[in-house]
Amino acid sequence: MDFRFTEEQMMTASVVRDLLSDLCQPADLRRLMESGEARDPNRWCKIGEIGLAAALVGEEHGGLGLRSIDFVLAAEACGYAGLPEPLVENTGVALPLLAALSHAEGVAPFFEMALTGEITVALAHSANAFVADVDSAGALIVEIEGALYLAAPNTLRLTRQPSIDPFRRLFMIDGGVDTAMKLTGRNEAAPLLAAAFERGALFTAAQLVGIAQRCVDLAVAYAKERQQFGKPIGSYQAVKHQLATAQVKIEFAKPVLYAAAAVVEQPGMYSRSRVSQAKLAAAEAADLAARTAIQVHGAMGYSWEVDVHFFLKRAIALTNWWGTPAYHRGRVAERMLSGELGPDNTFASEATYA
Amino acid sequence: MDLTYSTEQRRFRQEVRSWMEAHVPAEPLSSFDATREGFEAHRAWERTLSEGRWGMVTWPESYGGRGLDLIQWLIFEEEYYRSGAPLRVNQNGIFLLGPTLMEYGTPEQKARFLTAMASGDEVWAQAWSEPQAGSDLAAVKSTAVADGEEYVLKGHKIWSSRAVFADWAFGLFRTDPSSQRHKGLSLIFFPLNAPGVRVQAIPQIDGEKGFAEIFLDDVRVPAFHRLGGEGEGWSICMATAGFERGLMLRSPARFQVAARKLVELYKAHEHEVEASVRDVVMQSWMDAEAYALSIYSTASRLTAGGQIGAEASTNKIFWSEMDIALHKAALSILGARAELLRSAPAAGDIGKWLDGYFFSLAGPIYAGSNEIQRNIIAERMLGLPRS
Ligand SMILES: Cc1cc2nc3c(=O)[nH]c(=O)nc-3n(C[C@H](O)[C@H](O)[C@H](O)COP(=O)(O)OP(=O)(O)OC[C@H]3O[C@@H](n4cnc5c(N)ncnc54)[C@H](O)[C@@H]3O)c2cc1C
Repeated sequence: MDFRFTEEQMMTASVVRDLLSDLCQPADLRRLMESGEARDPNRWCKIGEIGLAAALVGEEHGGLGLRSIDFVLAAEACGYAGLPEPLVENTGVALPLLAALSHAEGVAPFFEMALTGEITVALAHSANAFVADVDSAGALIVEIEGALYLAAPNTLRLTRQPSIDPFRRLFMIDGGVDTAMKLTGRNEAAPLLAAAFERGALFTAAQLVGIAQRCVDLAVAYAKERQQFGKPIGSYQAVKHQLATAQVKIEFAKPVLYAAAAVVEQPGMYSRSRVSQAKLAAAEAADLAARTAIQVHGAMGYSWEVDVHFFLKRAIALTNWWGTPAYHRGRVAERMLSGELGPDNTFASEATYA
Repeated sequence: MDLTYSTEQRRFRQEVRSWMEAHVPAEPLSSFDATREGFEAHRAWERTLSEGRWGMVTWPESYGGRGLDLIQWLIFEEEYYRSGAPLRVNQNGIFLLGPTLMEYGTPEQKARFLTAMASGDEVWAQAWSEPQAGSDLAAVKSTAVADGEEYVLKGHKIWSSRAVFADWAFGLFRTDPSSQRHKGLSLIFFPLNAPGVRVQAIPQIDGEKGFAEIFLDDVRVPAFHRLGGEGEGWSICMATAGFERGLMLRSPARFQVAARKLVELYKAHEHEVEASVRDVVMQSWMDAEAYALSIYSTASRLTAGGQIGAEASTNKIFWSEMDIALHKAALSILGARAELLRSAPAAGDIGKWLDGYFFSLAGPIYAGSNEIQRNIIAERMLGLPRS
C-alpha cells in the first residue's frame, strides 16, 4: 500500500502544468474566444510535442502504454488551465478506444495519424447527448445501436449546439453516418464503450478538481489584494471561512479521484462506484469553489472581465458530461447496497471476492 | 390575526388580473440590458402601466399612483408576476429612490421627479458604488462641491445597473471634502446625459451590458437635485438600502412564480430524474412560501405604522440563497441540456433557467453582500460584539 504518485507521474503532470501556465493563461483564452477558432495552433502544436497523444495506448499498438493513474494529474492540470483543446478527451478517452479497434479494416491510416498527433479523434458515445470537438477532429468513432463505426467528420452533417462555455464545441450528428465504416458489432463494442465511459467520467472528474482549485486560487489572490474597510477582504473570517470550506471540498475530492484513477481499468461495480464517487465529489467541489470565487470577487466576479466565469461555465458543462450526477449517484448506490462494506473493504473489488 | 383577503382586496386582485390579461405583451420583450431597443420596449411598457395607473400603486394619486397600502401592493405584485409581465426597467427608480423621495423629498422635488418616474419617462440608475467603495460604501470619494446655487460633481462610480441606457442617476457624493466616512455625504441626482458625464458599459458574466461605470468630470447640477440635507446622505442611503434588501425590490411573487415554474418543469421530467429531486424542488417551493408569509407579516406590521429593521438583512439573505437553490434545482432537472444556450437547436424546453441561475449568483453580492448582512444580523439583531 502506497497511496502516492511516482516521480514519473508527477513529472508528466508538471510538464503539462508548466506548458499550460505558459500558453493557456486567461488572456490566451480570450484571444482564442475572439478568433472563434477551435484551437490555438501554437498551443496545440506545443502540446503535441510533449507526445502525450498516445499516452494511454498500449506499447503493442505503438503508444506509451501508460495507465489512467499516469494521466489523471495531467487531466487535472487541463481543468485548472481551462484548456479549450481536446487533449483530455483525445488522449484519455478516444485513442485507447481506437487502439482496441485498430485491427479492424480501414482503421490503420487514421490510427497512425492519431498516434502521432496529426489528427484527433472524436467520440459519439451514447452516454453524452452531444459530440464534442468533432469539427476539428480527423476521425469520429460513433456508436450506433451499440455497434461502433468510424466516420470521417467531413462526410457528416453536423449541427452546432452552442454551449454557455464558449470553448465547448458541441454538435449533434444529423446525417452522413450511413457511409461510416463498421468497426465492430455490439458484443465486442459493449466492454469497449463501457471502458471508454469510465475513462470519460474519471478524466472529467479530474478536470473538475482542477477547475475547483483554480477558482479557489483566483479568489485567494484577489482576497489578498482587494481592500475594504482598510483591510484586505481576505482578513475577514466570512471570506476566509468560505474559501477554507471550498478547499476542504477539494481536499476530499482528490483522494477519491486518485483512487478511482488507480482502479478504473478494472471492470466491475467496485471500480465503477469509485469513478462515480469521484465525479460527484469533483462536481460538487467545482460548483462550490466557482460560486465562492464569484462571491469573494464581489461585483467583479459578476463581470465578464474577471476570469472566474470561464471556470464556472466549464464546471456547469462538465457536471453533466459523461453521466449526470443522478446517474453517478445510482452507481454509487448500487455498490453501497449490494457490495461489501466496512473498513476492510475500502480497496475491495470483484477480485477480492472471486 | 386574520389570514383572509377582504372582499375589497379580492375585487382589487380581479381588477389587476383583468388589466394584466388585456395588456401584457404576448411576446416577451427582449432584454433591457442588451440593446437600446430592448430598453425602450421596456420603457414603453412602463408607459402602458402608468396609463392604467399601475406604475406604482402605493404612491399618492397626485404622483400617478393609487394611494394603496402595502398589502394591496403585494396583491398587485402577485398578479403582476403571475401574468408574466416584463421586468421593471425602472426598478431602481420606483422601488428604491421613489420611496426615499416620498420620505425625504420636498414637495417641489416630489412633483418634479415622481410623476416622470412613475410614467417611465425618466428611468433611474443607482450610482453609489465606486471602485474602492463597495461593501465599504462609506469610503466614497466622489465629490460634490457647492458653487453658488449649483454643485459641481467629480468622481468615478461603478456597477451602476441599467446606467447604459437610463436617463438619470442618484449618487452618493462627498459634499464636505474634509469629512470622513459616513459624515459629509449627500445624495444628489444627475442626468446621465449632462455635460461631463461619461457612461461606459461593463459587460456582465453573460456578456450583456447590465451595468456601467460612470465618470463625472465637473458635472454641474442645481442644488435642487440634492435629496435631504447636506451631510444627510448616509442615513438616507441606509433607508433606501432597507427598501432594496427587503420588501420592495424582491417581492415574494417573483420567487413564487419561479417556484411554480420549477414544479412544472419537475412534473414534465418527473420520470427521468432521481427521486431526490422532488425534495429539492419542494424545498424551493416551501422557501418561496415562507418568504411570502414573512413579507406579509412585515407588510402588516409596516401598514400598522411599524418600522423596518433587521429583517431587511434577514430577508436579503433568505431570498438570495433561495433563488440560487431554486435555479440549481432547475438545472439539475435539465441535465445535459443545462449548459446549452437557448439558441441551440436541441435546447427544447430549457427556457431561461441558466440566465436565471447566473443572475441568482449576483444576489448574494448586490444590495449589500450577504457577508455584510450576516455581520449586521449578528451585531445589531443578536447583539454580538463587533469584530
Ligand atoms: C448585478 C449587480 C448589480 C449592481 N448594481 C449596482 C447599482 O445599480 N448601483 C450601485 O451603486 N452598485 C451596484 N452594484 C454594486 C454592489 O453594491 C457591490 O457589488 C457590493 O456593494 C459589494 O461591493 P464590491 O463588489 O466592491 O465587493 P467588495 O466589497 O470588494 O467585497 C468582496 C467580497 O468581500 C466581502 N467583504 C467585504 N468586506 C467584508 C467584511 N467587512 N466582512 C466580511 N466580508 C467582507 C464581500 O462580502 C464580498 O464577498 C451591483 C452589483 C452587482 C453584482
